Amino acid sequence: MTQEATEGKVYDVAGQDWDKLTEAVAESSEERLVINMGPQHPSTHGVLRLVLTLDGETVTEARTVIGYLHTGIEKNLEYRTWTQGVTFVTRMDYLSPIFNEVTYCLGVERLLGIEDRIPDRAQAIRVLTMELTRISSHLMAICTYGMELGATTPFLYGLREREMVLDIMEYITGLRMNMAYIRPGGVSVDLPAGAVDKIGELLKVMPERIKDMRKILDANPVYTRRTKDIAYLDLTGCMALGITGPVLKAAGLPWDLRKSQPYCGYETYDFEIATEQTCDVYGRYQVRVSEMEESLKLIEQALDRLTGPLKNQPVMIEDKKIGWPAQLALGPDGLGNSPAHIAHIMSSSMEALIHHFKLVTEGFRVPAGQAYVPVESPRGELGAHVVSDGGTRPFRVHFRDPSFTNLQAVPAMCEGGYIADVISAVASLDPVMGGVDR
Amino acid sequence: MSDNLPEVPEQPIARTGMFGTSGTGDTSGYGGLVVRRPAPVSSPRPYGSYFDEIVDGLDHEGVERVVVDRGELTLHVAREHLVEVMKKLRDDPALRFELSLGVSGVHYPHEAGSELRAVYHLCSITHNRRVRVECATPDSDRHIPSTVSVYPTHNWHERETYDFFGIVFDGHPGLTRIEMPDDWEGHPQRKDYPLGGIPVEYRGAEIPAPDQRRSYA
Repeated sequence: MTQEATEGKVYDVAGQDWDKLTEAVAESSEERLVINMGPQHPSTHGVLRLVLTLDGETVTEARTVIGYLHTGIEKNLEYRTWTQGVTFVTRMDYLSPIFNEVTYCLGVERLLGIEDRIPDRAQAIRVLTMELTRISSHLMAICTYGMELGATTPFLYGLREREMVLDIMEYITGLRMNMAYIRPGGVSVDLPAGAVDKIGELLKVMPERIKDMRKILDANPVYTRRTKDIAYLDLTGCMALGITGPVLKAAGLPWDLRKSQPYCGYETYDFEIATEQTCDVYGRYQVRVSEMEESLKLIEQALDRLTGPLKNQPVMIEDKKIGWPAQLALGPDGLGNSPAHIAHIMSSSMEALIHHFKLVTEGFRVPAGQAYVPVESPRGELGAHVVSDGGTRPFRVHFRDPSFTNLQAVPAMCEGGYIADVISAVASLDPVMGGVDR
Repeated sequence: MSDNLPEVPEQPIARTGMFGTSGTGDTSGYGGLVVRRPAPVSSPRPYGSYFDEIVDGLDHEGVERVVVDRGELTLHVAREHLVEVMKKLRDDPALRFELSLGVSGVHYPHEAGSELRAVYHLCSITHNRRVRVECATPDSDRHIPSTVSVYPTHNWHERETYDFFGIVFDGHPGLTRIEMPDDWEGHPQRKDYPLGGIPVEYRGAEIPAPDQRRSYA
């Protein structure tokens, strides 16, 4: 299990042999140890690999290796229509799929020049689903963090709460994750009957559940000792490294695109930006919990609009050249075209059939140009650089994923600290490897 | 010409392809109708919004042309001046683009002499403004100076653009592949790289392309 190499002694671990390893390392006179953490490691949030150089227990060098989950989504997008692209982008950052869809669709809508014609109801539903997703994503961030430090209670609590959100998403879109619900021009289908009541129930239960989470963690000495003053990154560091989201807000800058460069009508909602001054893991946790509380406010406001002034309004742009002709309905075999629409195109209107066929197979054309419309995802600025050559398929789509950029902060946060704090640092960045590697 | 004829587009449209595809690994069954019409090449003054202030404030010979399209400002910068321009965009108190959102590569194989582009999205938190900087390089000489010294966040983004497009960022502290395996051949997001039909290789191990695999039928 040990062998000599030019760089020094190499120890291999095959499982069930930890005692031998520690003995062998203890016998060695070398203080400097290079260890490989991941890509198969439960606390690296997926397939992230860290190469850590240790001097005793202190990390002297942290190198991050990514690429283990690269799936070529951006390349694949160029071979499908603009509408089909939604199904791809939703799979990038799989913990906050709605945000990928929204930034992509906002980009396509800007290229099409239809930004002003998106129905208000569709925008309100977008806000509603985005904020629901923000809660589920932050819950995942907070609860896995507990598990990585060895505490299972926050994990079980967090997943239970997240399940409530996912149930609602499933009820609205038909899928728990990767919904492809937001489409260029609006959303794929209106809220089903009963969705408002379900979300109302969530609004009743969730504040109490978030309070419970705070009770477990806020002043828990085990938790605070592992989080306070750990993985320090100040505002200068954030700016240089392009870090956004909760990490930037925990460094004291109230920079949130929902306020500063609003989209989907966020300027008409009433909410606060959570900030902390501590620049550490605990501050980032506080920002996330406060953001969840703010999200609840936003959901409530969006729900009021959807049941009040925006009731019975369209959820897809009126333009028949862009909005899919189908009225989706839930049948015994799942979500599909409504029977009325099938009857219309199959037996009463030849033109409607041709139109349906052309729009679904070939898709609509998008005028040439490029656009970048970022949104505030749970992890920071998420933006799609969308380029069109005037055709029916994207010429190039590049996602600026916050996880990718934020991971660059790992050396700045970890070097000079203890190896045990590496886990805190990575968890506080909340990287999602699907978004990092795309 | 009669008045009731449809308006002839100003620029010619290239139209190629139709249904059915062959020769690529694309399994969608749809080769795609390519309808190509060029994007705006440059915009006349005034640009509107805060764009005039940015262009006047920058006032650099490196800016080759300015495009204002769909409410977004794009500055096309010659690669010799890229680092200088970026530095000025970051440091000038009237500009102050302190946050960069990274690099995105685009490959335009039909635009001879400027096939490869590195596109930078910058954001000014001080003034709450955005600008896009585009830097072109010919495919025969794929070099663009690295801007890691100005925006350290470009480190991984330039590696990614190198990995996918083969643009060499001169002066980058460690320009290696980031998403693909180190020994991968080719740059997958270039337009001349097929979607599929490529053997999967990783550190010497190879799985043949889907159409070359043995049949289990």
